[in-house]
Amino acid sequence: MKEVSNNPLCSFLLVVNSEENVVTVRPADTLLYALRIHLGLTGSKPGCLNGDCGACTVLVDGTPMKSCLMLAVEGEEKAITTIEGLKNTPIQKAFVKHFAFQCGYCTPGFIMNCHALVHTEKDADETVIKDWLESNICRCTGYKEIREAVISVLHKLKKNE
Amino acid sequence: MKNELDYIGKSVIRKDALDKVTGEAKYTNDFQEAGTLHANLLISPYAHANIVSIDFSEVWKIPGIKAVLGDEPYPLVGEEIKDRSPIAYKRVRYHGEPVAVVVAETPIIAKRGVDAIKVSYEPLPVVNSPREAFQQDAPLLHEDMESYEKQERVYPIPNTNIANLNKIRKGNIEQGFMESDVVAEFTISFHPSDHAAMETRCAIAEIRPDGTVIFTTSSQAPFALKKLMKWYFGIEPGRVIVKTPIVGGAYGGKASIQLEVIAYLASKATGGRPVKLFNTREEDMITSPVHIGLDATVKLGATRDGMLKAAEIQYLFDGGAYSDKAVDISRAGAVDCTGPYRIDHVWCNCYCMYTNHPYASAYRGYGHSEVLFAFERTMDVLAEKLSMDPLDLRYKNAILPGDTTPTQVLLDSSRVGNLPLCIKRLKELMKWGEGQINEMDGGKIRVKGACCIWKTSTFDPDATSGVILTFNPDGSINLMSGVVEIGTGTKTVLAQILAERMKIDINMIHVKMLVDTQTVPEHWKTVGSRGTFMAGRAVLAAANDAIRQLKDRAACILRAPAEDLQVGYGKVYVADNPDFSIDIKDLAYGYTFPNGNTIGGQIIVSGNYTIPHMTYIDPETGKGDPGPEWTVGAQGMEVELDTRNYTYKILKAYSVIDIGKVLNEKAALGQVMGAMSMGIAFGGRETFVFDDYGRVLNPQLRTYRPLHYGEQPEYIIEFVETPHLAAPYGARGAGEHGLLGMPAALGNCLSSALGVQLNKLPLVPEQLWRISNEVNQ
Repeated sequence: MKEVSNNPLCSFLLVVNSEENVVTVRPADTLLYALRIHLGLTGSKPGCLNGDCGACTVLVDGTPMKSCLMLAVEGEEKAITTIEGLKNTPIQKAFVKHFAFQCGYCTPGFIMNCHALVHTEKDADETVIKDWLESNICRCTGYKEIREAVISVLHKLKKNE
Repeated sequence: MKNELDYIGKSVIRKDALDKVTGEAKYTNDFQEAGTLHANLLISPYAHANIVSIDFSEVWKIPGIKAVLGDEPYPLVGEEIKDRSPIAYKRVRYHGEPVAVVVAETPIIAKRGVDAIKVSYEPLPVVNSPREAFQQDAPLLHEDMESYEKQERVYPIPNTNIANLNKIRKGNIEQGFMESDVVAEFTISFHPSDHAAMETRCAIAEIRPDGTVIFTTSSQAPFALKKLMKWYFGIEPGRVIVKTPIVGGAYGGKASIQLEVIAYLASKATGGRPVKLFNTREEDMITSPVHIGLDATVKLGATRDGMLKAAEIQYLFDGGAYSDKAVDISRAGAVDCTGPYRIDHVWCNCYCMYTNHPYASAYRGYGHSEVLFAFERTMDVLAEKLSMDPLDLRYKNAILPGDTTPTQVLLDSSRVGNLPLCIKRLKELMKWGEGQINEMDGGKIRVKGACCIWKTSTFDPDATSGVILTFNPDGSINLMSGVVEIGTGTKTVLAQILAERMKIDINMIHVKMLVDTQTVPEHWKTVGSRGTFMAGRAVLAAANDAIRQLKDRAACILRAPAEDLQVGYGKVYVADNPDFSIDIKDLAYGYTFPNGNTIGGQIIVSGNYTIPHMTYIDPETGKGDPGPEWTVGAQGMEVELDTRNYTYKILKAYSVIDIGKVLNEKAALGQVMGAMSMGIAFGGRETFVFDDYGRVLNPQLRTYRPLHYGEQPEYIIEFVETPHLAAPYGARGAGEHGLLGMPAALGNCLSSALGVQLNKLPLVPEQLWRISNEVNQ
């Protein structure tokens, strides 16, 4: 028989958006690849595949992570949230209202990062916001719209406390 | 009746908003049909080399390989000159050029296949700039130029590296300089750079058993692809279907046809199976077409009191290894070869040069930001020589209705915006009168700089845009336009135009985002800030037809003449007695009388628009009428510079643009701000770094760094509204204009700060330090 691969595949449970999925991947497959190709969750975008752009950002146990920089197998026993897992959240509404997207390609990654930011750093000032968001690139907007969206949500969450 | 259905000027929420914030928006690479094969490229590591040999034997040993392409004379392609082999044959002319393609079951196997190819190259001397290419003894890139098939109205010069020459001859240049007391001459240059759209390009092709070719592609020009497939491969346009979903940023970079052709050849090699080709970031930056570079010399003559008399200009565009769109970009650069000023004597030679750089695609502004950097920098050099305030010089010479453009178009107040007003408002916003330079503590200075902009869009004179509207049984309307949603929100603006015209709730308008050339009418190309104008006119034409049909139908039922009826608010009603009315939903699918008799069926209407009176430009003088209107504006910047280490921070960036009419306020602001952001990066930091061998050293977003969050300045944007009478509600094109003056404004600003004339982009601190040191020695 012709040998087709010397890499064994691995099967394991991957919890994405609170759902358990059995995935079978190569050990070398990135989390991004597994999400998009194996689970059909194409909201996370490939922009550079080496961590420069942030379009593939997901949450791993609540922390933003570039899914192109993480192996799928590393996601075992972790809770992964993708853009498909966010429904009607304040940050999504704010992105719509403030025109914080144009072509939309960086938007899922930005929203995941911003969502984690507003829930992690409730008192975030400009410096903290910059620290969080400078990891993502948006080529369409002037970033002002994204800043306004984030600040509006921070204000809203504060008021509701 | 009530007025809440006025949509023009309102920040209507974008029709693509929900899909885009939920991850539901599908881009080309998100479509994963079972059975699709994957292609991977082997790209050239050399900028110029002969391919001595290619060995594919190891590739075929890998299981899952379906086809290998390369080392074969494919039909030559190119937008106006067929000078490029879609996959290199015998020779490569730029770093990143496709050399071979492997098609396999998965992208991973395809990549393994590519890694198994063995190529032997023989490096050749490299042409590393358009000025080098222009030298008599420069190595020739295309010795066989004369044998290339080409379109009309492109003027290559055989036995040189000149792919195209456009001449502008207006007035008498000798006389112009005779009338001048002061002359300023300035030379600038910058290398090619990249669009860096976040979505890298992707194309899927398949060939059906009947020969129909179906593409899905991230393109700004799906309809142009149909026509080019005819020119390249003799396939009739009706046999080509192009689907373009939402596109993840384009900025002109996706106006070229490249991956589509490779995917088509790959599909052909596998018996017509669907083949997907998706660029890596590195390929997207150098293999696919880039933002054009420019070397330029501008010589201006003016009277002692600052009236411009003459402009003598040489533009050498860096078209790269293949002419493709660069020919037309250089043509557009010739059309608006000066800044927006009245100049009676203009002489310009605008060359599109072959070099061993990645070849060029359109880039937001289409030659204008490039040309304006050269021209508007020279204006500041002239102002200094005249000891005049640079904005006063511009105000004095600002183009006005009654003046003519370089191609001798006579302007009126519809065809050109109000530049003097833009300059006046810019001065007020920037507090220009308080002085340009302000010394701060710690060796820092704050400095202001400014410039003016203009642009028309030089479409093919027969470029057309169509719209189809179909009604649903609930009275809502489906809007289908060939405009590609590349991020600009144009399709939302089209919905606003329709809602305003029909006086209908915008939620009753359903916009089809996907373009499918078989079922959606043509919009020539989604380029040049023309979607709102042309597709908007098509929407109005279709809406007028819908209104006519609704009235005709309602006239029978309401027993009133059609001319007495009005359409709005979901009804057709009698104008002077609105109680007599009928709901559109009861008409749109035919009206059924109580006994079952029915008149009419589903209302389906269409409209299209072609700009009238456009002409080609004359090859000897450039005379002609190539664009419908000129958007003008004035832009500025305030920068804080540390004179000790030449680092600087852009504090504020200003744009005052005559947009004709604001249709969607937040969308318009977003377009201008986003364009300014790109322009700031182009002026301040973005460039390909070439080594002596013409190789790009930084094809990555880590080493080629767009603006990141937190690096943006404060944006101050204001609109002037001088209507373009032919356009829907008077709106002028504005998708590109925010970018146009940013490099020049930054250059002017930093030149004032340092007391030197900066002539290269990008303006990184090292550049400032080098030029300042040269001048001080």
